[in-house]
Amino acid sequence: MTPEERFEAIIAAEEKIEPPDWMPDAYRNTLIRQIAQHAHSEIIGMQPEGNWISRAPTLHRKAILMAKVQDEAGHGLYLYSAAETLGVKRDELQTLLHQGKHKYSSIFNYPTLSWADIGTIGWLVDGAAITNQVMLTRCSYGPYARAMVRICKEESFHQRQGYESLIALCSGSPQQKAMAQDALDRWWWPSLMMFGPHDTDSTHTEQSMEWKIKRVSNDDLRQQFVDMTVPQADYLGLTIPDPELRWNEERGHYDFGEIDWDEFWAVVKGNGPMNRDRVDHKVAAWDEGSWVREAALAHAAKRAESAA
Amino acid sequence: MTYDVPVAPGESAVVEERAELSAETWPMWEVFVRARRGIAHVHIGSLHAADAETALQNARDVYTRRGEGASLWVVRSSEVHAFEPEEISDFVDANEKPYRLATTYDIPDEVGHM
Ligand SMILES: [Fe+2]
Ligand SMILES: [Fe+2]
Repeated sequence: MTPEERFEAIIAAEEKIEPPDWMPDAYRNTLIRQIAQHAHSEIIGMQPEGNWISRAPTLHRKAILMAKVQDEAGHGLYLYSAAETLGVKRDELQTLLHQGKHKYSSIFNYPTLSWADIGTIGWLVDGAAITNQVMLTRCSYGPYARAMVRICKEESFHQRQGYESLIALCSGSPQQKAMAQDALDRWWWPSLMMFGPHDTDSTHTEQSMEWKIKRVSNDDLRQQFVDMTVPQADYLGLTIPDPELRWNEERGHYDFGEIDWDEFWAVVKGNGPMNRDRVDHKVAAWDEGSWVREAALAHAAKRAESAA
Repeated sequence: MTYDVPVAPGESAVVEERAELSAETWPMWEVFVRARRGIAHVHIGSLHAADAETALQNARDVYTRRGEGASLWVVRSSEVHAFEPEEISDFVDANEKPYRLATTYDIPDEVGHM
């Protein structure tokens, strides 16, 4: 059997490709790109929520938010660890992010303007992430699939705490409920954009599906998410900002309106409201932490010396 | 798909560029967790740290935030030696040596469970 045939056979048998296996360069590069972007998204994703830690309304909510943000850091680290099994270094991937050569999910280029945004992010953004990541637990690359299993266990907490905090707001004062509605109005469409372009416009979906990196198409995932979310919005008594949203008896799914694709591509290309801030903040945090990294190495070297 | 950022028209899908690293970086460690007493340590991932002590501290924070661990090991990744044969036949094929398998021996029913 040639290495190619062995690779194809493993994929066909629904088994996992593991780090030492031969794999086509394009498979390796696609995974590096995707896992790195995923990792960067977890890391950058700490910023919009971190923005509210000091202003959480109660100590309980503050503790929850800190735990969630810490989880996202952990998710980033699991994913960098998975990417490193493909022969790249974490610091290298991070440098590419800092140089603007690697991207992260566009959703994190929107600002968090009110406390209700925090609940809404947990409900919608983590909800959309779960829809995607549950699929990725079946991805053909072993280390990525395993990282997803760990992540999915933790994401459920993220979504539930967000929704519960919205229940609190929606059963509070009219002002609190209005704040929740305003947050939904701003986050609904960006959340739907998280699933990417239509299947017909998605350039690398087909190959990723063949390799079983991706198991469900963008549009199917988006539909799953809408079907799951609409009743949840109803329960909160909130209105989804889409006049075309309605149940389609025949399809057994909700119909919904068209995404503003101009906005979508503008944010992808770096022109969202927060693109510059997010990367600047990340680079500054890295630079300001350099003395810690150097000191830890110096300390380790000194200890090794005195032990020898 | 959620974190798979689409490729904008005119951009390349794969960044093949490798970044230059300016500073010396923390070495990599493999992390093994014993989930609870009575079972073996299982590999769960890796991390970077300057030394074993901080590697253990980081492993605790990264991999056991919800009581998933009763014990942790960290091993420098460069100290792990692996046997990863290309062909499964480099391992003993059970079909070639059936006498190694308990089920290939006929014991009369009267003897009872053995
Ligand atoms: Fe996450
Ligand atoms: Fe999350």
